Amino acid sequence: MLRDITIGQYYPADSFVHQLDARFKIIVSFLFIISLFMINDFYQYIPVIIFVMLIVKISRVPFKYILKGLKPIMLILIFAFGINIFLTKGEVILSFWIFDITKEGLYQAFFMMMRLIFLITGTSLLTLTTSPIMLTDGLENLLNPFKKIGLPAHELAMMMTIALRFIPTLLKETDKIMKAQMARGADFESGNIIKRAKSLIPLLVPLFISAFRRADELAMAMEARCYRGGENRTRLKILSYTRKDLIGLIFVGFYITSIIGVRIYL
Amino acid sequence: MSIIIENLTYVYDQGTPFETIALENINLEIESGEFVGLIGHTGSGKSTLIQHINGLIKPSTGKIIVNGFNITDDKVKLSEIRKKVGLVFQYPEYQLFEETVYKDIAFGPTNLGLSKEEIDRRVRNAMDIVSLDFEEYKEKSPFELSGGQKRRAAIAGVLAMEPEVLILDEPTAGLDPRGRDEILGQIKRLHDEKKITVVLVSHSMEDIAKLVERIIVMHNGKIEITGPKEEVFKHADRLEEIGLGLPQILYLVNALKAKGIAIDENVIAFDAVKSELLRLVGEKHA
Repeated sequence: MLRDITIGQYYPADSFVHQLDARFKIIVSFLFIISLFMINDFYQYIPVIIFVMLIVKISRVPFKYILKGLKPIMLILIFAFGINIFLTKGEVILSFWIFDITKEGLYQAFFMMMRLIFLITGTSLLTLTTSPIMLTDGLENLLNPFKKIGLPAHELAMMMTIALRFIPTLLKETDKIMKAQMARGADFESGNIIKRAKSLIPLLVPLFISAFRRADELAMAMEARCYRGGENRTRLKILSYTRKDLIGLIFVGFYITSIIGVRIYL
Repeated sequence: MSIIIENLTYVYDQGTPFETIALENINLEIESGEFVGLIGHTGSGKSTLIQHINGLIKPSTGKIIVNGFNITDDKVKLSEIRKKVGLVFQYPEYQLFEETVYKDIAFGPTNLGLSKEEIDRRVRNAMDIVSLDFEEYKEKSPFELSGGQKRRAAIAGVLAMEPEVLILDEPTAGLDPRGRDEILGQIKRLHDEKKITVVLVSHSMEDIAKLVERIIVMHNGKIEITGPKEEVFKHADRLEEIGLGLPQILYLVNALKAKGIAIDENVIAFDAVKSELLRLVGEKHA
């Protein structure tokens, strides 16, 4: 159950996409998100589909994995779909009880759902193909210019690294505590919603305690190794743009032009 | 309560790039009332194996038969199995959550749906077994106890389920020698008096030599050696090869044997070796 969570997970592979510079990939992800919001009609999704599919193919991340990433947001998708389909005013094509389904609503619902799906798949491709360390390194690097206006870039990146680093640890811990309580007869799966919420107490209390303990220990360990943040810290792996990023840039350039192209001429 | 494991294989993260075989074709039988030691280096699959025995993990393939019931069968109620097979995890104190020690130990019995009187009896009994004074500790928060006391309270939480099979995953890791001896002594007493089946996972060859009857040695997800402890400890070279070893005293016995001294091969426990040595010395002087 807990293993289904793929958001923020890295899929190790040796592909062209994996080898691209993290900073480049972060910027492309941003451009991709912006491009999604520029789209105002269905057929404009064609370049998006091609672009995403191509990247998936090149990245060698199994398609199944990307679909799995959509699972946790299923509820949000359904909710957004429902809201759009029932609350958009226009030409009524179907109505029952107090609900009216309009042509515009149907259109809007599918349109928004596609946007959400691409938003998630596109951005999860970033974390799937970039290791957490590279990702935060890249982020820190991109945020560096903002240091001048007082943005703690290094600290932010460090916090993110730690947060990402602890996702699998805490998942494992949850799994372990869950099993320990199940061994004492705890039941997490049956009963009504109140009973279920109550049954989470034996899981959450130890989990919180252990998270705080871990945070404490980590802080102590960092202190013991004289960690003191940004200034003058060097890195084992230094980010550098390569020829691959240039090829990537050309590819992205094509994508952006095609999006703008269909928007203007079609 | 006997446990039979047939052709058990377990694969972690099947179908992902992180796929690893944790257990491979395990065949095992633990008889009712046995005291079995499970040893193996870190990552050899011990913890994964014991979680199978009370149905916390479903095997990828193979069968686990507890007391005649195949627990891999979907029809078998796992709650029934967990009532009978108690599992104490590594560092069990991390599972404490209630406001008072009493409530925490009562968590298991309460889940079994027992009456108030029965729960009370079981909590008192379990606290007695782990030597936590009932009146002194029942109202204390488990989080204000010392490390050793927390461990006792957590073990009591499993004992209060009154299982017929008790599995302990390194119950004494991180305890001081006295705490370790006390807890192990209590487990041994429980086994002797109540005739429950005990599976003890441990890295301490001394504890294993002192307590168990039979040893199962695991290595890379497979059973490497199994047999009575006297037999298993004869494979000194192999045990060392896989990152284990012998109880300290057996190195002395082996060294003496190499010198041609006729010492009884089947003495293993420290005290037994001591009297054997005294006997030999006595013979020489007589």
